[in-house]
Amino acid sequence: MLASSKTPRWIKAEREGIHLPTIDWWIDPSRPAANALVTHGHADHARGGHGQVWATCATRDIIALRYGTPTGGRDLDYNEPLDIGDSITATFVPAGHVLGSAQILLERQGERIIVTGDYKRRPDPTCLPFQPTPCDILITEATFALPIFTHPPIEREIARLLAAREANPDRCILIGAYALGKAQRIIAELRRAGYHETIWLHGAMVAMCELYERHGIEFGALALVSEASREALKGQIIVCPPSSLNSAWARRLPDPINAMASGWMRVRQRAVQRNVELPLIISDHCDWNELTGTILELSPEETWITHGREDALLHWCAQHQMRARALDLVGREEDDTG
Amino acid sequence: MDRFARLLTDLIYTRSRNSKLALLADYLRTVPDPDRGWALAGLTGELNFPSVKAGIVRDLIKERVDPVLFSLSRDFVGDTAETVSLLWPAPPGAVAPPPTVSEAVSALSAATRATAKPIVAGLLDRLDEDGRFALLKLATGALRIGVSARLAKTAFAQAFSVPLDDVEEIWHALRPPYTDLFAWVSGAAAKPDITSLPVFRPFMLANPLEDAVLDLADYAAEWKWDGIRIQLVHAGGETRLFSRGGEDITASFPDVARAFAQEGVLDGELLVRGAAQGGEAGGAASFNALQQRLGRKVVSASMQAAYPAFVRLYDMLFDRGEDLRRLPWSDRRVRLESVVARLDPGAFDISALIEAGDFDELTDLRAAARETDIEGVMLKRRDSPYEAGRKAGLWYKWKREPLTADCVMMYAQRGSGKRSSFYSDYTFGCWTAPEAEGGVLLPVGKAYSGFSDEELRWLDGFVRKHTVNRFGPVREVEKSLVLEVAFDAVNPSTRHKSGIAMRFPRISRIRRDKPAAEADEIDTLRRMIVSSPGIAASPVEADPRSLTD
Repeated sequence: MLASSKTPRWIKAEREGIHLPTIDWWIDPSRPAANALVTHGHADHARGGHGQVWATCATRDIIALRYGTPTGGRDLDYNEPLDIGDSITATFVPAGHVLGSAQILLERQGERIIVTGDYKRRPDPTCLPFQPTPCDILITEATFALPIFTHPPIEREIARLLAAREANPDRCILIGAYALGKAQRIIAELRRAGYHETIWLHGAMVAMCELYERHGIEFGALALVSEASREALKGQIIVCPPSSLNSAWARRLPDPINAMASGWMRVRQRAVQRNVELPLIISDHCDWNELTGTILELSPEETWITHGREDALLHWCAQHQMRARALDLVGREEDDTG
Repeated sequence: MDRFARLLTDLIYTRSRNSKLALLADYLRTVPDPDRGWALAGLTGELNFPSVKAGIVRDLIKERVDPVLFSLSRDFVGDTAETVSLLWPAPPGAVAPPPTVSEAVSALSAATRATAKPIVAGLLDRLDEDGRFALLKLATGALRIGVSARLAKTAFAQAFSVPLDDVEEIWHALRPPYTDLFAWVSGAAAKPDITSLPVFRPFMLANPLEDAVLDLADYAAEWKWDGIRIQLVHAGGETRLFSRGGEDITASFPDVARAFAQEGVLDGELLVRGAAQGGEAGGAASFNALQQRLGRKVVSASMQAAYPAFVRLYDMLFDRGEDLRRLPWSDRRVRLESVVARLDPGAFDISALIEAGDFDELTDLRAAARETDIEGVMLKRRDSPYEAGRKAGLWYKWKREPLTADCVMMYAQRGSGKRSSFYSDYTFGCWTAPEAEGGVLLPVGKAYSGFSDEELRWLDGFVRKHTVNRFGPVREVEKSLVLEVAFDAVNPSTRHKSGIAMRFPRISRIRRDKPAAEADEIDTLRRMIVSSPGIAASPVEADPRSLTD
């Protein structure tokens, strides 16, 4: 319960992130901070240069891989409350977005605030599922907050991918997928669908896949594209960063079918703009129904909406007599993590 | 409809021209009549359901989805048909199986203003996402899926191994679902005979001259008149006027049609009498004046008197029954001159040849022509046959150098289609007075072309990072970026607060080096207006780009 109808004074949304001014701690700050609570490892949330970094074990491993080991802070278990001063406790709760991703529950004198970070409500073999947590203020992402975004079941998209492979034995399928999260989820889903051949990786994907494996996620046979002949790659599935689709690197592959795994692929022209022949609507974010469903389920006293199409969600909240406001955080436009 | 919807989806995601042709040819060969004919009509833009307007589709969706959420979605997607296909809610209960293309076309054809909404809704209810997308594209006209009418006809010709020129030639005499066309290529019937029909023939078009220098012994030069290119056909006792795209515009110009009553096909520029282009000697008013007469279904006598239309003839395709198109241009010109001599001089004259000793002299004449508001020069190879389309090396257009002004970006909006994620439409302004003296920026125009893909990405980033205000889909930006805008002319306008309107504005350069305070003043633009006496500013909302070259 909020102590009064006013927004608590111990939390503020700044352009650089969510700030706890009484103790000068930040959540997902976009510039170096002395104390940073980090929801997950994607670059628009986790940056280098912070003093103390507080995050889940997997997220801190990802940060170490990308920016070097943080100088301070420690690994936190999910659901382990951390006293951070001024009677505030922070608890990391699974967000279901990528390996190690968390929502952060902030509590002070009976007031409860959830910062979702990025999240999804669908099962993902590579991370723990989103854990709905009652709160007074919900600070939610809104990446796909338009009613046009309804993600199909991932099984349907994986089946389309396998059908395209089946139909084109002389070509390879080149899937552009973000190197943290999306790539691993697709590999794991292909295995779940009974695909057990070697999956080929662009060099940039290897370190993150190994990190996932160290955290107990199994991928079966993976190998580097550079180790295979052009002939051997016919009829094979290759995963690369989205930026490598249509690149010089891709020219040595056997007539690749460009696929892209992203929630943005729901809109035809988004796929066409990226020269994508096989759009796969696979997202690690909530779709519209899941975003609005989560707000209804948690029914917080107030909803703060961060990056994405906040106008639509704001309007929806107003239509449902729910208090909401949009935050203006830097660096959170459309990107490949979708 | 499933098969057609799959074709559209495949075409959208296919880049290579050959693969598109293969997809189209496969569809045309394997799908039975009359579905394939209706599909071909859709692909070539020949379907028109007058009672089914984009507005009713918007009404339908707004009855089912919150209007604000629809408009935010539409802005993001950049395409109404796609947005509606994604948002359409599944109807309750069991639904009938999806309609065939023919069934959908006959339902849409039968629609009246009163029944259009339930008919479209009923069809949408029976379709899945891809099917709804295909239906809405068919129902509301332009498909915009990266397949031109030309490409669809090429695919048809390839699918059935017939010459494309033969298809183009008879095309405009045929009506969907083209059963006679399919009967011809399958050997079941003879090629349709069109000799006695008043049909449109494809225009011969010009390429930009770029930096080439031509020998005037091989090329004849004419002025490039700024009206609309038309084809005048008299056959079977009827006269028709066709615009560039083959659209019948006879009803808007009965005065011109009446004046041509002999068998033949002429090519020329439709203009209004005046003294703006080329002064008194030029005899033609500005394009603005012609706009008063465009798009009208009925033209009053006073309108005809106030804006007397005439055709300045360029070429002749048929003289009585004789096809002249294989003759060299110089021979056709002689034949045209003798025909013009017998036509009403009030309704027709001939585009004069420019007397120039050599290319240098022509260059000087062209440079001087800006003073008299002439759009540029055409160069035609003296021995060129009349070839449909834009064949290299035969005809050239050599437009005058554009005017330019330094303007400040004020607002931006997302583009459509290929550019739907990008802020690619820019409204820019000039100063009412120097900023230091209290001047403010007023919008002077809007442009969405002229930049490279790389510049577009940069501009898009600029808009996102410098947004100061949002009005629905429009973003107001910090007034700090100077854009050098190129345009062909400045016209007076009552529609704009600045009192002026640019002709064909496009972004020519991004001037990151220039402070906004040093952008041009509106007065500078006002001085570029070439006066055209007696012609008021245009209240007509026609988009001239679709009509002129």
